[in-house]
Amino acid sequence: MGAQLRVYRQKIRSAQTTKKITRAMELISASRIQKAQQRVAASTPYARAVTQAVSAVAAYSNVDHPLTTEKEHVERAAVVIFASDRGLAGAFSASVIKEAEELTELLRSQGKKVVHYLVGRKSVAYFSFRKREYARSWTGGTDQPVFATAKEIGDELVSAFERDAADGGVDEIHIVYNRFVSMVTQTPEVVRLLPLEVVEGVEPPGQHEVLPLYEFEPDPDAVLDALLPVYIESRIFNAMLASAASEHAARQKAMKSASDNADALIRDYTRLANNARQSEITQQISEIVGGADALALAT
Amino acid sequence: MALTVNVVSADQQVWSGEATMVVARTTEGEIGILPGHTPLLAVLAGGEVRVTQVGGRRITANAEDGFISVQNDTVTVVASAAELVG
Repeated sequence: MGAQLRVYRQKIRSAQTTKKITRAMELISASRIQKAQQRVAASTPYARAVTQAVSAVAAYSNVDHPLTTEKEHVERAAVVIFASDRGLAGAFSASVIKEAEELTELLRSQGKKVVHYLVGRKSVAYFSFRKREYARSWTGGTDQPVFATAKEIGDELVSAFERDAADGGVDEIHIVYNRFVSMVTQTPEVVRLLPLEVVEGVEPPGQHEVLPLYEFEPDPDAVLDALLPVYIESRIFNAMLASAASEHAARQKAMKSASDNADALIRDYTRLANNARQSEITQQISEIVGGADALALAT
Repeated sequence: MALTVNVVSADQQVWSGEATMVVARTTEGEIGILPGHTPLLAVLAGGEVRVTQVGGRRITANAEDGFISVQNDTVTVVASAAELVG
């Protein structure tokens, strides 16, 4: 076998092995998207209930809670980045990190000091490779998030928010995550978690409407105290679930194009290998014919 | 007229249905909710929430560290880990 032919055969085999891996990952992701989407759907009633309750307190009472009022002078801002644990998901982690970097720039230009909280090994790797500091990180399980992690992140953030900026506390909390738009599109999204920005689900009462007489037990302040950590947790959990669904979708897409590329490579190399084999045979025939001719002339 | 009751936990809707009465223990004490109750938002103290369904059957839900909200005859019991007992 000619050297050229052997090289082509090697390349074909290597492309075939790679394709087996990428195909398997594509199928795994495809089956997990369904489950991830179902989990997003299953957590929606909770998120809706919590959001409505928070909106009700915010709209129907006039409490002045530290978690809802903006500070005049914001010194430190926290940015939570939701990336993935593993790569091979196209631009999934890169795009969310890029979005976070833009936000960081923006906050810095406003004179705020930015503290990063990282979720997912990819974002941690990005920061440690650049020898940059971050406040805390959570790794493992980004593809199947559990509520306990969301609770942990929420507790950490709320306690940081309640501390003074001088003690290492923060005055603002932003989260950056990939929102699941469809199977082919996931867009990085920035949400300001605290101080409370958007109050959804409750229409602001009109000028002449009478406010429904809301009862709060024990009192609006205490209810808000109990409610806001829950609200933060549910928003974080929601972001984690959306991010997981996006991760699977991004991985499936990336792996599908990798498999397709492997197919194209295999096809091209097979053509070249066939070519090489054929020219080898042609050469051998012409050598034999030439040799026979030479022998016939010699006798 | 009946109450529409939803019991939700962080990762799923635990129970939903119609009820004639809901009894819960808030930080202030026991509270019973009948149809036509004023809008309410309360922090739950003990976990147990008792729901009397239309037809008289009773169910009990365990909602630790949760809260209960009432608006327009819709009762929502929310807790990060809510579950039905018995």
